[in-house]
Amino acid sequence: MDNTQQASARKVDGAAGEGHRAVTGVESAISVRDFNLWYGDFQALKRINLEIPKNRATAFIGPSGCGKSTLLRTFNRMCDFVESVRTEGTIEFDGKDIFKMDANELRVYVGMVFQHPNPFPMSIRENILYGPKRIGKLSKSEADEIVERCLKRAALWEEVKDKLDHSGLGLSGGQQQRLCIARALATDPSVLLMDEPTSALDPISTGMVEELMQELSVDHTVVVVTHNMQQAARVADKTAFYYLGELVEAGPTKELFASPKEQLTHDYLTGRFS
Amino acid sequence: MAKLMPKRRLENIGLGITGACVALVAIVVIALIFMVAQQGLTTFFVDGLDPIEFLTGQHWIPEQDTYGALPMIVGSFAVTLLSTLFALPIAIGSAMFVVEVAPGFGRRVFQPFIELLVGIPSVVYGVLGLYIVNTAMRGIFGDAAGTGAGILSGAIVLAVMILPTITTLSIDALRAVPNEYREGSYALGCTRWQTVWHVVLKSALPSLMTAVILGMTRAFGETLAVQMVIGGVERSMPSGLLDPASTLTAALTAGLSNATSGSVYYHALWSLGLLLLAMSLIFILIIHVIAKRGAKAHG
Repeated sequence: MDNTQQASARKVDGAAGEGHRAVTGVESAISVRDFNLWYGDFQALKRINLEIPKNRATAFIGPSGCGKSTLLRTFNRMCDFVESVRTEGTIEFDGKDIFKMDANELRVYVGMVFQHPNPFPMSIRENILYGPKRIGKLSKSEADEIVERCLKRAALWEEVKDKLDHSGLGLSGGQQQRLCIARALATDPSVLLMDEPTSALDPISTGMVEELMQELSVDHTVVVVTHNMQQAARVADKTAFYYLGELVEAGPTKELFASPKEQLTHDYLTGRFS
Repeated sequence: MAKLMPKRRLENIGLGITGACVALVAIVVIALIFMVAQQGLTTFFVDGLDPIEFLTGQHWIPEQDTYGALPMIVGSFAVTLLSTLFALPIAIGSAMFVVEVAPGFGRRVFQPFIELLVGIPSVVYGVLGLYIVNTAMRGIFGDAAGTGAGILSGAIVLAVMILPTITTLSIDALRAVPNEYREGSYALGCTRWQTVWHVVLKSALPSLMTAVILGMTRAFGETLAVQMVIGGVERSMPSGLLDPASTLTAALTAGLSNATSGSVYYHALWSLGLLLLAMSLIFILIIHVIAKRGAKAHG
């Protein structure tokens, strides 16, 4: 697969940050402008301004409760389900205000992978086809093509090709998470949101999912929330650091890690607080 | 050492008492099954009735020593299936609303309300059925409904009686579906009803089946209310839903006051009891099979 070669050719090598792609001068997939969000009286996000570069990997880092997950979940409007949530400002996806879009349509283009692998209690094939089937009718050959393509893209095909009709719940945790990635890819999204996708996985599975993030960011915009700074350094082209609901600093991963502009970022990266 | 002694005694007493409780329950269950089986089988082994004829005979006329239980078997199954058919869509519909649309309203208002229905004694349902359902039957179907008593009336009253059981268990079943499944479905662009239909109901299916079977068990075993509205005719086969009929439980209750102990009639009634016992064992068996399958499907 050419994507694999492209990704490995980038030789991403830990915090050294070699192979990070340029993020300035790149078209934005998502633009956040003067965005505020409240849960009841509590302001969880304060005047956020941020550009998410298209077909790049962007990482959100910061201590627990800093608002990074909230912002991620706003991108596909999963925050709509929280009662008493209120927003102000705009978020644009492909030039359109997401709050004026149909949320269900938005989520077809902006896929999401969750912290805990959550395959449906159905067969592997049905899991993949769940999204596409809700959008429209599929012929047998179209369905087979989607299943194979998505599983290959999620690096799971070789492991499950002989048991597509087995329950997705029978897979290991790491395989389940890759199944969830394949399932998210099945509706052909251009953006993939990942909410701490490896925090429930073992180191080997984590490595595979990280590799996938890099491969997918070749032709998808990947946004990943992570607690793990090394992970951000390894996979992300751009990194944004949040603290207490504010975006402290955002920039090319290499620059942000090597020479943070803000003292707060420096303190967080050097482990003064977490 | 001396201080340990009372402790050990307490251990033994605890073990003895709890063990005795288990033994007592086991003895009661075994004695019950044994007793019903012994009396119920006397009909066939001592009185010489043909068990096949007993199960398939279409007439139940004790004065002529004709004991065919089919009219009651048909009556029992008809009211059970019909009442489940009536209650199920309403139960699952309201469970979906309460869990997926308005959880707050469900917990605070709807559930206490529906639990109230469980507590109402069945004789009240019977009286209400007699006055409302049977009258309505006469009003709707006219002469065809006769007095208004019949299988349909029984099924409607039973449907109201089993509604709270099925609803409460369905609510529990839907609530037990992990929220991650819903999130996963929404994140793929699915609407609320697509999510409810394709993920929530699907993964709650084993528990929903258990809810249905428990409702059916209740309908099958209910006696008093049905007896009051169904007409209590067990002599011959009902020919339609508006025909007065009887159920196994109703015939058993009504017959016991007339039968002299030790007579063939008396034993035949015990056989009906045995049949009821066998049916409830089968229902329980089905629930266990479903639960086991459900556990397997969920890894």
